[in-house]
Amino acid sequence: MKEFSYVITDKEGIHARPAGLLVKEAAKFASDIKVAKGDKRGDLKRIFSVMGLGAKCGDTLTVTISGADEDAAAAAVEAFLKANM
Amino acid sequence: MKTFKGISVFSGVAIGPLHFYRRETQSIERREIQDPQAEIARFEAARQEAIKKLGELHDKTLADVGEANAAIFEIHQMMLDDLDYIESVRGIITAQNVAAEYAVSATAENFEKMFSSMDDAYMRGRAADVKDVSERVLSILSPVKRCSLNADVPSIIASDDLAPSETVQLDKSKVLGFVTAEGSTTSHTSILARTIGIPAVIGAGDGLTADIDGKQGILDGFTGTLYVEPDEGTAAAMKKKQDEYLHERALLEELKGKPNVTIDGRRVQVFANVTSIDDLGSVIKNDAEGIGLFRSEFIYMGSSSYPTVDEQFAIYKRALESMGARKVVIRTLDIGADKQAAYFDLPHEQNPAMGMRAIRICLERPELFKTQLKALYMASVFGNLSIMFPMITSTWEVEEAFRIAAQARDELARANVPFRSDVETGIMVETPAAVMMSRELADLVDFFSVGSNDLTQYTLAVDRQNQKISRFFDPRHPAVLRMIKMAADNAHAAGKWIGICGELGADTALTEEFLRYGIDEISVSASSVLRVRKKVRSLDLSK
Repeated sequence: MKEFSYVITDKEGIHARPAGLLVKEAAKFASDIKVAKGDKRGDLKRIFSVMGLGAKCGDTLTVTISGADEDAAAAAVEAFLKANM
Repeated sequence: MKTFKGISVFSGVAIGPLHFYRRETQSIERREIQDPQAEIARFEAARQEAIKKLGELHDKTLADVGEANAAIFEIHQMMLDDLDYIESVRGIITAQNVAAEYAVSATAENFEKMFSSMDDAYMRGRAADVKDVSERVLSILSPVKRCSLNADVPSIIASDDLAPSETVQLDKSKVLGFVTAEGSTTSHTSILARTIGIPAVIGAGDGLTADIDGKQGILDGFTGTLYVEPDEGTAAAMKKKQDEYLHERALLEELKGKPNVTIDGRRVQVFANVTSIDDLGSVIKNDAEGIGLFRSEFIYMGSSSYPTVDEQFAIYKRALESMGARKVVIRTLDIGADKQAAYFDLPHEQNPAMGMRAIRICLERPELFKTQLKALYMASVFGNLSIMFPMITSTWEVEEAFRIAAQARDELARANVPFRSDVETGIMVETPAAVMMSRELADLVDFFSVGSNDLTQYTLAVDRQNQKISRFFDPRHPAVLRMIKMAADNAHAAGKWIGICGELGADTALTEEFLRYGIDEISVSASSVLRVRKKVRSLDLSK
């Protein structure tokens, strides 16, 4: 299992469009990818789940990845977050 | 005449017949069924069909109005692919033995609730997206006859609300503007209105109903007002407003991107004045080459206590970033006289125009001044900043202001906060004393900027707030113009530049005079930038 945290720096937080792109990125991997913000938990492959976090600038997301391609998935998702959020 | 007041999404004036779009909303019954698997299959087929249609809509929108508007349909597709959504629909069908229509509408309601209970206005607005995709599936499950969205003649489209999928189906050539009873400014409908640039008003209220269909309407996108069956006076006033707006738009088309250069090749910079952070958009829209006067006092006047370094920094940074490499001249605090903020506790004065104001407050309260200067220097790394001191009369004031600025820089340097060391510093020339001392002052500073309103008031000894003597307040008075010329000559003798940032800069009857004085920059309200550009481009100084 891999886990990392990311603090959102985009001032708009995670709006619909970036949420969609994030879900698309996560969907490329077979691993189970979960995301948490405080006590809210969700599945990073489901758009309602990601949008439902209501993540804003300054919020910390904790991403937990488990599965065969977890290393690659963790690297890709973290890179995506850094580049887009 | 009936008037509706809403929120403006895009300005402009639309005049024409109203077309009320009434959606055939189907009432969903809770119908029990025998074969849940067959219902799930029906849902699955409808879902796939909806995703396919969204793909087509995406491509059409992409071609019509671009990526920013088309992206929403990709999101809609993903919503229909969301496992939480699909599992909810399937779960309701199998657990309750009900028809797919009911399961979809119950699921939609739950997801809409999730969004509408969120604390972020943008996310609350997304409830409309869930509704839109769900209705798309529903309309495939049980097709309903829909009333036409498009009118026969160009019309103002009115509706209770418009879903993104509906707005993109509007025939743009038949839409003069649109007005909805509900809606949010972050909705995709609003985004679309901005993209195609038509007047749009949302949130006009429940009173907006089908009975207005076919009536004459005027939509004022500047104030967010809809007039139904306007009276003659309103119609005439709105026609005038529309003409002015169209004239301005035409100017924009004609002059945007063109240099401010006279026929004989003399360049002058035309900047814009900024009175609030909201002005930044129109500064860029009107193609100003920079900001010649950023009235920082609005930050103080809009606050209930002294704004902190960080609060000010955030605003300056935003202004500098939005202008990129273009110059932004920020005037330090110019409060006092007609501009007051209660927490400053300024004592009542007999003659406030000549009293405790502007640089005088700053020099009397150096900590207050230093806070602002630190915020300015901190922001300096984000763009092309110039700092300007108001109400200067003597060289010692400039020297003292420089000392406080140096302290501000030292404190930042000690805290390892980066700032640019090449920030230009200049002064407002708005007192006769500054003009008379302009030779000496020009040696001290990097630039002058003439504040014509105060310079007129102090030169002519006419209080500009006093209506009774307004006919004596003449900014074109030769005494004022000679003052400006003298300041310009002395600035240039010292190799410095000089601008004009008062109302007078927008007086195009004087543009030629100013250019002949050698004025290097004229800063006017954003809406006047192109008018001044037009004038500059028509002049030939060789004649």
